[in-house]
Parts: sequence; C-alpha cells; structure tokens
Amino acid sequence: MSENLKYLTPELFLVIFNLGFLCVMLFVKSSAILLNCNKIAALALIITAVLVHFNHVDANPIINGFYTSNEFTAFFKMLILFLSSVILYLSDAYLKKNGLLKYEFPILINFSVFGMLVVISSNDLMTLYLGIEIQSLSLYIIAAYRRDNLKSTEAGLKYFILGALSSGLLLYGISLVYGATGSTQFHTIYSAIMYTDRTLGLQIGMVFLLSAIAFKFAAFPFHMWTPDVYDGSPTPVTAFMAIVPKLAIGAILAKVLFDVFGGISDKWQLVLVFLSGGSMIIGSFGAIAQNNIKRILGYSSIGHVGFALMGLAAVSPEGLSGFIIYLFLYSIMMLGIFAFILNMEKDGVLVTDIYLLAKYSETNPATSFAFSLILFSLAGIPPLAGFICKLYVMMAIINSGLVYLALVGAIVSVIGAFYYLRIVYIVYFSESDDKLDANIPAGHLLVLFLSSTAIVVGTYNLLGIEPLTRAAAESLLY
Amino acid sequence: MDYILSLITFLPLIGALIIGLFVQGSGSQSSENAKRVSLVTSIIVFLLSLVMFSEFDKNSSDFQFVEEFLWLGFFNYKLGVDGISVILILLTTGMMPLVFLSSWTTDKRVKEYLISFLILETLMVGVFVSLDMFLFYVFFEAGLIPMFLIIGIWGGKERVFASFKFFLYTLLGSILMLIAMIIMWDISGTTDITKLLNYEFESEPFYILGFYIPSGIQTLLWLGFFASFAVKLPMFPVHTWLPDAHVQAPTSGSVLLAAILLKMGGYGFIRFSIPMFYDASLYFQSFIFILSVIAIIYTSLVALVQTDMKKLIAYSSVAHMGFVTIGLFSLNQQGIDGAIFQMISHGFISAALFLAVGVVYERTHTREILAFGGLVNRMPNYAMVFMVLTLANVGLPGTSGFIGEFLSLVGVFQIKPLYAIFGAVGVILSACYGLLLYKKVILGELIKENLKRINDLSLREKFCLYPLVLLIIIFGIYPKPIIETYSVTVANYLQILN
Repeated sequence: MSENLKYLTPELFLVIFNLGFLCVMLFVKSSAILLNCNKIAALALIITAVLVHFNHVDANPIINGFYTSNEFTAFFKMLILFLSSVILYLSDAYLKKNGLLKYEFPILINFSVFGMLVVISSNDLMTLYLGIEIQSLSLYIIAAYRRDNLKSTEAGLKYFILGALSSGLLLYGISLVYGATGSTQFHTIYSAIMYTDRTLGLQIGMVFLLSAIAFKFAAFPFHMWTPDVYDGSPTPVTAFMAIVPKLAIGAILAKVLFDVFGGISDKWQLVLVFLSGGSMIIGSFGAIAQNNIKRILGYSSIGHVGFALMGLAAVSPEGLSGFIIYLFLYSIMMLGIFAFILNMEKDGVLVTDIYLLAKYSETNPATSFAFSLILFSLAGIPPLAGFICKLYVMMAIINSGLVYLALVGAIVSVIGAFYYLRIVYIVYFSESDDKLDANIPAGHLLVLFLSSTAIVVGTYNLLGIEPLTRAAAESLLY
Repeated sequence: MDYILSLITFLPLIGALIIGLFVQGSGSQSSENAKRVSLVTSIIVFLLSLVMFSEFDKNSSDFQFVEEFLWLGFFNYKLGVDGISVILILLTTGMMPLVFLSSWTTDKRVKEYLISFLILETLMVGVFVSLDMFLFYVFFEAGLIPMFLIIGIWGGKERVFASFKFFLYTLLGSILMLIAMIIMWDISGTTDITKLLNYEFESEPFYILGFYIPSGIQTLLWLGFFASFAVKLPMFPVHTWLPDAHVQAPTSGSVLLAAILLKMGGYGFIRFSIPMFYDASLYFQSFIFILSVIAIIYTSLVALVQTDMKKLIAYSSVAHMGFVTIGLFSLNQQGIDGAIFQMISHGFISAALFLAVGVVYERTHTREILAFGGLVNRMPNYAMVFMVLTLANVGLPGTSGFIGEFLSLVGVFQIKPLYAIFGAVGVILSACYGLLLYKKVILGELIKENLKRINDLSLREKFCLYPLVLLIIIFGIYPKPIIETYSVTVANYLQILN
C-alpha cells in the first residue's frame, strides 16, 4: 500500500494544497495574496504536473486495482494541468475587471482539475464515478459564478440538473454492468466479457455508461446544454469548460471503451458512429445562425467532439492515436481563441457579438491575423494543424471501412467552414463602424500568438506529440 | 540543382516574410518598397524556373529534379516535375511579375495584398511540383485562403458573396477528393504519386446499396476527384462561382484566377483521373464530352448577352475550358496535347484580356460594355492589343488560341466526330461575342463625354500586355517549343495506359 502511495503523490499534493489554501484564505485578509490567488493556484497546478512527470509508468493497477498510472494517464494529466494553469492565468484580468476575483474561483478550478486527475487514472467504475462527480460539482458552481447575473445562474442550474441526470444514468449503467459481470474493476470486467456470455444487461449497462460520458463530453444527442451553458457562464469558465473537461472525459471515454468494453467493440462501434456523425452535423448546422461567439464556440466544440469520436469509432490504434492528437490540437486552438475572446471589449464591457469585430484587422493587423489563422485551422483548411488532425481521424475511419462517416465529416466540414469564415469575414471585410476598443494584455497576446504559431509549426511534425500519443494509445490497448 | 524545386516553391514565401517583417511603416514609401520587393522576388523566381527549364530533359518522361524528405511518416514531402508540370510552372512564375506590375497602382492595404499574392504563388507552384498526393492536396486547398482574402478584401461591391461562394464551392469539391485520396492510400498503401501512377486500381464492377457501380472502385475514386477538378476548372454545371469571383476580384486576382488557378483542375485531370483511373475515364468519356459541349455552347450563348466585360470574359473562360476537358478525355495524343496547349494559351489570353479590362477600369471605374465606345480614337495601342486578344480568344489561325482548340477538336474527332462538330460551333459563337465586344468597346465614334480625355497605355501597362501579346502570336505560329516539352510525357502515359 505505502509503496503504491507514491503514484498518488500528484493528486495528494493537489488536494492538500487546495484544502490548505482554502483554510489559509479563510483567515488571511491580505490583499496581496488575494490579488495573486489565481497565480498561486496556477503554480500549484504546474508543480502537480512536474510531480506527475516524475511519478508514473506502472503498467499494473495500484491500490487494490482502483487506480492506474501509465503513459496514457500521464500524457493527459500533464496536458490538463498545463492548460488549466494557463486558463487560470488568462482569467485573472477578466475576474479583476468584473469584480469577481475571489479565492473560491481558483480553488474550485483546482478541485475540478483534481477530479479530472482521478477520472483519468481511475481503473474502477466507482473511482470513475467519484472523479466525474468531483469535477462536475465544481463546474456547476463556477458556471453560476456570476450569481447576480440571470444568464449565469441559469447556466449553472441547467448544467446541474442535466448533469445530475447524467450521473444517474452513469450509476444505473454501473449497476447493470456490475450485475452482469460481478465486478466494478476495469480489467475484471474486461476478462469477464471476454470469457462469458455477453448478456443483454451488460449491453444496456454499457449504453447507459456511454450515454452518461457522452453527456459530459457534450456529444450529440446529449449536447443540448452546451450552447446555453457556454453562453451563460463567465467567459473564463467557458474557456475552462470548452477545453479541459473535454480532455479528461475524452481520456476516460477511450479508456472505458478499450479497457472495459474492448471485447465487444462490435457492439459499441455503431453507437460511436451515431454519436460522432450526429455531433458533427449538429455542430456545423447549429452554429450557422449564431451571432454570439460563445454560442458559436459551443456548437463548434460539439462538432469537434464529433470529429474526435470518429477516431474512436475506427476501433484501431491509429484511430485512438488520431483521437488523442485531435483532442490535443483542439485544446491548443481553443486556448488561442479564448485568449482573444476574453478581451473582446467595447466601452469596458465584455461583448460576445461577432459583428463587433468589424474592421478589427485595420487597427490590429497582427492580432487579427493570428486569430484568423486559428479559425482557418478550426475549419480544417490545410496546411494548418487543424487539417492534419482531421486527416488522421479520417484516415483511421476509412481504414476501418466506415467510409460513409468520413463522407459525413467531409461535407459537414464545408458547412463548418462557413461560420468560421464568417468571423474572418467580419474581422477583415465588414464595413460596419461598431468597433472593439480592446486592449489586449501582453500575456494574452503571447498565448494567442503561441497558439497560432503552434498550429503552423504543428503541420511539420505535430509538435512532436505523435510518438507520445502512440505510446499513450499503446499503453491503453495492451 | 538539387533543391531547385523547393527554392522555386518557397522563395515567394520568403519574399512575403521580408515584406511582413522588414518593410515597416504605412506611408507611400513603404508600400513602394513592398511592391519592389515583391516584383523582384517574382522575377528571381521566374529566372530560377527558366534555369530549371533549361536543365530539363524534354526527351525523358520521368520525373526530374526529384526531392524527397520524410514528413509525417505516412505522407512525405516529395517534389518533382515532368513535361506537363514544368510548362505549367513556367506559366505560373512567368505570370507573377506581370501580376505585380499590374497591381502597381493599388493603394488599399498594399503590404497585405502583396503578401497574399506571394503566398498564393508558393501554393500554386506547390500544386504543380508536388509528387505526393496529400502534399498536392495541401497546396491545392491552402490556395483558397489567400484567394478568399484577395477577393474579399480588395474586391468589388458584391465581394463578400463572391468570396464565400468561391470558397465553399471549391472546398466542397476538394473535400470529396480528400476522401478519395484517403481511400486510395488505404487500398494501395502509398501516397507517392509516382507509385500510384503504376498502381492498378480494381475495376471489377460491384453493387453498393443496390446500385450497380460499373468500373468498381475506380468509378467512385474518379467521381471523388471529378468533384474537385470539375469545380476548379470549372465545368458546367458547377461553373457558376467563376463569373461572380471574376467580376468581384481585383484585376490581378482575376488574372491569376483565369491564368493559373483554373489550370489546376486540368492538371489534376491529367495527373490523377486519367492515368490512375483509366477504365473509369473511358466509362465517363461521353459524360465528360456532353458536359464539355454544353459548357462550350451554353456559356458562349450566355457570354453573348453579358453587359459586364469581366463577366463576358469569365463565361468565355468556361467555354474555353470546355475544349480542355474535351481534349483531355479524347485520350489520344492530339487531344491531350491540344488540351494542355489550350491551358497554356488560355493562360496567356485570358490573363491579357483581364489586364486589358483592368486598364480601362482603372481609368473609368466601370466595366459596363455600354459605357464604352470608340476607344480606338483615343487609345490606338490599346485597340491594337485588344484586337489581337479578341482574335486569339476567338481562335483565329496564327494565334495560340487556334492551336489548342484545333488539336483538341482533332483529338475528339477521331473517336466521337459528333462532339467535335458541336465543339466547333462554339468557335463560331466565340467569334460572335468576341467581335461584338470589340465593336462595342473599341470601334465607332467616341461620343461619351468621360472618354474624351482617356489616355492610351502607359509604359507599365505596355510592359504587362505586350509580352503576352507577343507570346500569343509567337506560339500561334510556332507552337513546337511548348508541345515538345510535354509530348514525350503524354506519349509515354498513353503507351502505358493502352
């Protein structure tokens, strides 16, 4: 047991830091610490990432089989920790400006991140459930973080009610799977499925489980909450929700599919094809009529989830690695986009109407170029990285013989290109005189430019993550 | 000579970087500098491609100057040229200095304008040199971004609609091509074009969802590529984006669109569709012929009633591209030779025509045919140039337009004489609209008040137009230098295929 504990060091550090920070902040009234609480929390996340780096790689499950720590989990954990710390840093200015800077915000974010670490490492359906609940509960609260704002409260409530429903589905699915196989541990269920009958109960349980996870992943047909919650939440929270949970839930979805239900991939492949195709279609058609950039990104994230799921639907190592690459590049692109959106201001008020971006390129050529580059990449125009990752998943799916899904993806990405281009068009061509008067801080600019550089450089070697994702995919498959 | 193709491809990009990073300020001096940098860059690229051409062995049908580097593993960075692509590269690099000269008077966001054109040059050359199909796709598709911006930012009144239409039409076509490419990779296990050219794709018929697929997988792949190239070329009925894009694009944008971007479609047909899916090409031969004949006759008739000069030329472009497809798919030496020649010659003629329209547009800010008349009285040089161009567009013997159309028709006459007859009707129709345009714009009395003080061609405009006019006449009389460049390659293609 105690030698197992070292694999838990990162999580333990993070949760102890969080509790300690909470206790300290209750009593400390020092404004110096309060002003920097986001940065302190971000630093804690970075330290956790370092700890993850030095405390992983053990093929066998630990702590009585409840937990794993391997290449796959380490990759996702470090990515999540890194991205969350950047988002904490980015949200600092916004929170200060809107008088929302309270120490609860970074602590809740950190708790949510802690939940995600648990989710990613879980090797047991109960750990999985607990992790998902920890991360979701924190998200419910911060979605309603602007409690004096009607939309924000609505977002929080909506997210909570639907999230509770999905937790119910998850538990029901777990109980059915447990009933069919007699275990909640991933590897036991896996071998039970391999060597015994595949009962109807197991299959229904699997569908319930997948539905619950798809709900958290915002995949069609469980996507309804996404645009409203993205729109209503404060923008830093939207940024967090659009990027980080996607990685954690994506990781656990891949893990559940391959580590738990790997033996009946013929059963879940069609489910995933349905989720993937539907998400892509909803994501692209839904965004056409939107003017609110947060809603557009909500729909866009649904569409991207659909594309990523295409990789899983391929049921192959290439597909899995494509899935991971897709999520990785998606998060990089979204980070850049949000670094910009967090500063869309007019007369000191944050705005989300895309038509206010009119003529932005005339006053800020470099920024709008970087921003447009990311939009082109999201649309999947070569040679940018967004195209390469689409190519990966499409190649995987065609390799598995599901050409029709690739066709859906192809047609849908043309429709998707329309609404990304519409933003580019407003930035570059529009004649309107409503202008933003945003003054983007240097740190945000840096993130935006790094992100757009990354998608250009990424075309050369995918930022060197391909071997990493392959290793991650292999540690999951074998 | 090892890396000359990479050099030709990426030198314009370096020019764009120089403009972006080192040409500071926004005054007229800095935009003047930016124009000089872009002109010099394009001239150097042109000279380099001439050097490459002089080293090119015309008697070999192999790919030459091949470079290969590992890229993402499953697809690599591989460049090389054969007779067909080398001539199109020369056309591209030769056209660019004229484009920069012709846009010398631009004053709206000059730096971005030139950067877009330089990037576009890199991507256009890249299309013709890439020997890996995904690399080809990357170049082919990435060209949409600069062209979208060129039409959208520097275009005319309806530019937003036109740029979106251009972008989405082309994207829809090429994304289907991407699917076909992935399937090809899945079947053959390679993305290398040289290997794919020797790979035989299955042509056994089969059923999908109850539909009979005649030449098997070849048919489906052929259709995927067709979707992309037919939009790009453009063929009837997906040609409707072209008139909009042409009318709204700035002059130099139209020049590039007509001279080079359209040729990518024809190049794609000869590089992918015909050699790789020969059975399917045979199966679809009549289909292509019918579409081409409709394009030739229908769009010529449409051109006849246009009131906008650019739109008229745009429709005539569609008609002339009909000769390209009809020639390519006659699948014999004369037809393919003629089609490629037609692409080159149409590159000269349409580019020069758009430049000529740009000349009067700059002076009067209108392109309405009715707003002109009697220009010969004030602009004799212009009238002369325009006459040569009109006659070349008609396909008069002695101009390069004749050679291409004639050879294409000869090619198709050998297998389906009926289509050749219909195609020849298009030549007559093109004489109708071409001469009508000439009469209305150039001839007659100069009665319009605003035209009474119009000036003849300036030295800069002469530099743009005279080389093209000369080339049109030279190659009309002596087409051998062009045809001999690629005829060995074409002959070798056909030998393998038959």
